[in-house]
Amino acid sequence: MAEQQNNKGSWPRYRDDAPVNSPAVTLEAFVEQPDAVAVRIEPGADVRELIPHLGRIKLVEIGFPVFGDGRNYSAARILREEGYQGEIRAEGDVLLDQIAFMRRCGVDSFAPAEPIAAEAAERALGFWPEVYQPAADARTPIWAKRHG
Amino acid sequence: MATMYKYDDYDQTMVDARVAEFRDQTARRLAGDLTEDQFKPLRLMNGLYLQLHAYMLRVAVPYGTLSGAQMHMLATIARKYDKGYGHFTTRQNIQYNWIQLKDAPDILADLATVEMHAIQTSGNCIRNISSDQFAGVAADEVVDPRPYAELLRQWSSFHPEFSYLPRKFKIAVIASDEDRAAMRLHDIGIQMVEKDGALGAKFFAGGGMGRTPMIGPCVREFVPVDELISFSEAVLRVYNRYGRRDNKYKARIKILVHEMGIDAFRAEVDAEYEKMQPLDLEPPRAELKRIEAFFAPPAYEAAEDGYDLSDPDFAIWAETNLFPHKVPGYAAATISLKPVGGIPGDASADQMDLIADLAARYSMDEVRVTHAQNLVLPNVKQADLYALWQELDGAGLAPANLDRASDIIACPGLDYCSLANARSIPIAQRLAERLAPVERRLGDLQIKISGCINACGHHHAGHIGILGVDKKGVESYQLLLGGSAAEDVSLAKITGPGFDEHGIVDAVETVTNLYESERQDGERFLDTYRRLGMAPFKEALYG
Ligand code: HEM
Ligand code: SF4
Repeated sequence: MAEQQNNKGSWPRYRDDAPVNSPAVTLEAFVEQPDAVAVRIEPGADVRELIPHLGRIKLVEIGFPVFGDGRNYSAARILREEGYQGEIRAEGDVLLDQIAFMRRCGVDSFAPAEPIAAEAAERALGFWPEVYQPAADARTPIWAKRHG
Repeated sequence: MATMYKYDDYDQTMVDARVAEFRDQTARRLAGDLTEDQFKPLRLMNGLYLQLHAYMLRVAVPYGTLSGAQMHMLATIARKYDKGYGHFTTRQNIQYNWIQLKDAPDILADLATVEMHAIQTSGNCIRNISSDQFAGVAADEVVDPRPYAELLRQWSSFHPEFSYLPRKFKIAVIASDEDRAAMRLHDIGIQMVEKDGALGAKFFAGGGMGRTPMIGPCVREFVPVDELISFSEAVLRVYNRYGRRDNKYKARIKILVHEMGIDAFRAEVDAEYEKMQPLDLEPPRAELKRIEAFFAPPAYEAAEDGYDLSDPDFAIWAETNLFPHKVPGYAAATISLKPVGGIPGDASADQMDLIADLAARYSMDEVRVTHAQNLVLPNVKQADLYALWQELDGAGLAPANLDRASDIIACPGLDYCSLANARSIPIAQRLAERLAPVERRLGDLQIKISGCINACGHHHAGHIGILGVDKKGVESYQLLLGGSAAEDVSLAKITGPGFDEHGIVDAVETVTNLYESERQDGERFLDTYRRLGMAPFKEALYG
């Protein structure tokens, strides 16, 4: 795991490639700008509009204006189901106790409004040795292990 | 040994992990590292609710099935951490009303020793899955519904995509045409059915109570049994993406289904379901087989039907509280938690211990919780019924009132709940006192009371419903008639202006009197109401 910096401090990133530094543009702008590689998805947007453009995207920033709005968990997972392999960054009201679920939905970097320390993140992710269901990560569900 | 699912190391690991995580979260909250706002969704997902006087902890009883050892643990928790009581709820769970935050992690650890937990018993996530209290016992079931509920329980536990839904999400699974679990009033209702010799599920979505009650329409007539999880996943994804988040009173899936219309909703689900097909989301058949094996019928003894009814008090109880068992010589006995003057659904620690012992001795170590806040011993030999009844009676656990006027569902109301407009429990008590003397005459009558519009007490689904409202600072009660949570599901209608706390008891008596004078052969209260309509009842009440 690497860390990145923003003006609020560092945040966890779970990718080896270089971070994308071009700004994430709105979905509307992105569709109009053929050279844009970073796009921001608000909770109400239809992430499937990105499907025709997945080849050129390097970063999808998914917004969490309030932590209780869970729509973008689906957005992240849908992107991975469609084969997107670039970065998915959760931005906004992202709390320590949510990052394990976000990781499972395919989020691989975080830009929380309140910084999350790397050790705290490691610890939060470490609570869950097993998972009950397949999702967008590579983890093997318990049922598969039972019948391995 | 109870016929029930048993944890393997994986299940135990998950529950233990949850205890460790919650212990850490609670410590961070007590140290001030988490604000109450940030802590709230975390404690809710562990069943911890802040009420008027203390924390309330809701413990999951998956599909209402408990072993004797689990029931003993519930008693121990009531003694150790509460005031010696527990409260069985309308979703087959148990609640403790006097919990301290610092004790909560220890309680969860105690529960984990008997394969229990409080995971997802509140919060905007997939809640504990409920079922028919007579699962595995009822002659009319296609199959025991509990293995499918267990499959769904595991799938929905810590689901990464569906833990921050617009609102809470409740699933019920049944397997007979008779609906004893209010299935159509759930966010997802599943009825296991057979089609051309194959097992599958009839899928309903968008039912619920609360301030806008709705009966769930059918989304798909037949989902093959090995596509249950993917189909559920599709329904949940559509809800998570499109359910309203602008207004928490319009956030349940019922509003989405209603606003989209069932056809448009179905089309969205179908499209999502198509996309999920290649993703391998479904556990293999072998997993279903593994779970089903836990629910194989226990070793019943060969016995004849019939038992001695010479004690008239026992005969009344037997006539009222027994449910026919699919195996000859056995019966399922309902232990009513509705003594006249008591709190509906309450049981003391001593009563819980006794029930656990009775389960071990008389019911193959099994107890069930019903959505009407009663308990069931599902596997009693008819030859043992009289001895069982005597022990129950000695402990105040033999009210002979199942589905009678004093078998009332009531929410906590103003005595515990910070949202309440009015008290529910005292109204239930006064009504039970008034009607118990005539309840045998009145026959099947379901009275349900909520202390506010949130409808935790299912008043929309009562043959007679009572809703507490706040009228210029005074508690007032509206009367509703004609609801049903069963296979003849319907929503009750308000009669007219409300009543004060004495008036509401008189008003209920007025409508039951009218029923008695108007009923035709064998009609229940509900049938008479449906035949006559509201008008004569209104006339009697306000005329
Ligand atoms: C401290 C306050 C509250 C208490 C003590 C309370 C109590 C209960 C209880 C005992 C149940 C059965 C739950 C189970 O077994 O899982 C229940 C269910 C329910 N609660 Fe509450 N509740 C409270 C707050 C609320 C709120 C805030 C709402 C909605 C805004 C609500 C709406 C419901 C509904 C609608 C049901 C069941 C019916 C359905 O599925 O739609 N309750 N509540
Ligand atoms: S119906 Fe209202 S008063 Fe009763 S428990 Fe629910 S929220 Fe509280």
